[in-house]
Amino acid sequence: MKAYDLFELAGRNLREAVLRNSLTTAGIGVGVASLVAMLSLGVGLQKLAARQLGRSGLFDSIVVTSRQDFRGSQRPREVENPGDSKALDDGARKRFETIPNVVEVYPDVRAVGEFHFGSTGQPAETHFAMVAGLSPSVRGDEAFDELQGSFFSGSDVPEVIVLSDFGRELLGLPPAPRISDQKLSPQEVHRILGQEIVLRYAQRQGSGDGKPLPVSADGSAPGAMTFSVVQKEQKLKIVGIINAEPYGGMRGNRARVFLPIEFVESLNMMQQSDLRNMMRSVEGRSYIALVVRVNKSRDVGKVEDFIKKEGFATFSILDASKGLTRFFTFLDLFLGIFGSLALAVASLGIVNTLVMATMERRREIGIMKAIGASDIDVKQIFFVEAGAMGLLGGALGVTVGWMIGRIINFGTNIYLQRQDIKPENFWYVPWWLVLSGLIFSVIMSLLSGHYPASRAAKLDPVEALRHD
Amino acid sequence: MISNGEDAVRTESLVRHYKLGHSIIRAVDGVSLEIKKGDFAALLGSSGSGKSTLMNLIAGLDRPTSGSISVDGQNLAQFKSAHLAQYRRHTVGMVFQSFNLVPTMTLIENVELPMRFAEVDRGERTKRVQEALNQVGLSGRVEHRPSEMSGGEQQRAALARALVNRPKILLADEPTGNLDSRTGSEIMDLIQDLNRTLGMTVIMVTHERALAERYARRMIYLGDGKLLSEMANAPGGVQ
Repeated sequence: MKAYDLFELAGRNLREAVLRNSLTTAGIGVGVASLVAMLSLGVGLQKLAARQLGRSGLFDSIVVTSRQDFRGSQRPREVENPGDSKALDDGARKRFETIPNVVEVYPDVRAVGEFHFGSTGQPAETHFAMVAGLSPSVRGDEAFDELQGSFFSGSDVPEVIVLSDFGRELLGLPPAPRISDQKLSPQEVHRILGQEIVLRYAQRQGSGDGKPLPVSADGSAPGAMTFSVVQKEQKLKIVGIINAEPYGGMRGNRARVFLPIEFVESLNMMQQSDLRNMMRSVEGRSYIALVVRVNKSRDVGKVEDFIKKEGFATFSILDASKGLTRFFTFLDLFLGIFGSLALAVASLGIVNTLVMATMERRREIGIMKAIGASDIDVKQIFFVEAGAMGLLGGALGVTVGWMIGRIINFGTNIYLQRQDIKPENFWYVPWWLVLSGLIFSVIMSLLSGHYPASRAAKLDPVEALRHD
Repeated sequence: MISNGEDAVRTESLVRHYKLGHSIIRAVDGVSLEIKKGDFAALLGSSGSGKSTLMNLIAGLDRPTSGSISVDGQNLAQFKSAHLAQYRRHTVGMVFQSFNLVPTMTLIENVELPMRFAEVDRGERTKRVQEALNQVGLSGRVEHRPSEMSGGEQQRAALARALVNRPKILLADEPTGNLDSRTGSEIMDLIQDLNRTLGMTVIMVTHERALAERYARRMIYLGDGKLLSEMANAPGGVQ
């Protein structure tokens, strides 16, 4: 039988029992909707997690440390002789910059500073905070979504962005119990933004540039270096306030005050690693950690391997995200299985509907066979009916599943907004899920239609024609 | 048209037994007969004589338990299911006592239905449907469903459906059984006309001897599944 005849006959049959077939189709729709809703929640949560981590600037970055440093979660087991490990210095930084797909390399500067601040009309008070340098590329980080004030006007300007809890401290306000409550009111922001704050810090001076000292008279410490530590002060202008630390707070010790990276480098602040590195011969300045940002997250692996071969320890969130991906794969699998249960029940509905149709149309099947229909013709008609119900049910299910997602997303976001939490889109229906939902629905329907179709095809025409 | 001597249907020791519980029903029990091309044969017998079973075997709706049944020199007993369907599609056309039109289809759709299975192009179908309807004298109410038509109209439609694939043999199973005598005569006249003008072989099952004598040229008597007798007949007897 030609395809258009097949579809026409199947369509006619479906229309003849429109209520029953509609209910069966609706059943499939509910099954597919459940499947789509479950999986889109899993996919949405995965995307949300990936988006959050991606925006944190961690997915496209590698934190490089010296192997003697053991910083980060990836502590090398094959502990080398510290003397053999390579120093993370200007030479290494330059080499990293030449690696293909590397966009920028900047030091992870973290140092403790003493701040003097007095809001308008108030005497200056002293505060301590960890200072960190920020690259201009961090501007896209989620932490700056709710930036009050502005970002740095340049990468070497004496400007500062502070965390809101530090802002509260500066204003003499008590710490907020919840992160969401830390945000400063416009009046409080007004008292800080544009104000001057004085940073007092320990500056490294002398042979911090890595030049070895001449051999001493007693011949000790050849190749070693030395430096002086001098107390310095720097006036800074507060230009912005953020509520959360950039990079998801996953870059070492928690910093509460941020300066432009080039500017903070120029301050030459004394860092923890300086004492250790003074034992070693370094080329130029040495760093506790360097952040290597690559073009795209897929380049992280290659660049990381390259750096490891150079003799450095590396850490990237991609390592950690592998476990996360595995978790979401299992989550999707379980959600898919639960979603499929409803579709399995709906498939029984198809079997029931088509078996009923076989019984009701027994005589009609006999007539069709008497006038020339083959077993395959009869089977195909039932298959197309099952497939059509599957396709329509699938389309209905995908639409309903999508709508359920939108509604729940909408409702949840209203709740989140009331809790003063930024709304998020944690429900996502990708095109592959739409396509898979439809295909899965059709396949399940065809499988369900197999038994009734075979039963109809095998009907004895003589018996069928006798049937009233 | 008179038969030309070649066999349209030939059966040899044809047997069709059914199992009913522990007993065996010998519906057709060793029937050997020949029906020539262009002939008009009537299968006569009382209820349970095996005439309808024999008709179903000739129609390719049923398979013999043993023996052979040849139509146009092809042994139907050896045909596979798909081949039998093809045979029913192209070689035979059937008319039933209860018309057997699909109730959910209009008259035109019913007539067109065999051509869907025969994969006839749509343009050709319209032409053939019209041709078949003209042959049976149906023109109006063709968009109506069977339940909205008289018995005579339904049987004409069934006849048109049987003719639409241009079969060589027309099988009529009690074609006037559900019709009044006047309508029955009209249908039989049509069938006779097809036999005479187109040379179509007609095999009719009936239990009405008078009807058979009026239209058939050959009378085949069955009883208890066996061939009792057969004789030539000069059609035209009074019903």
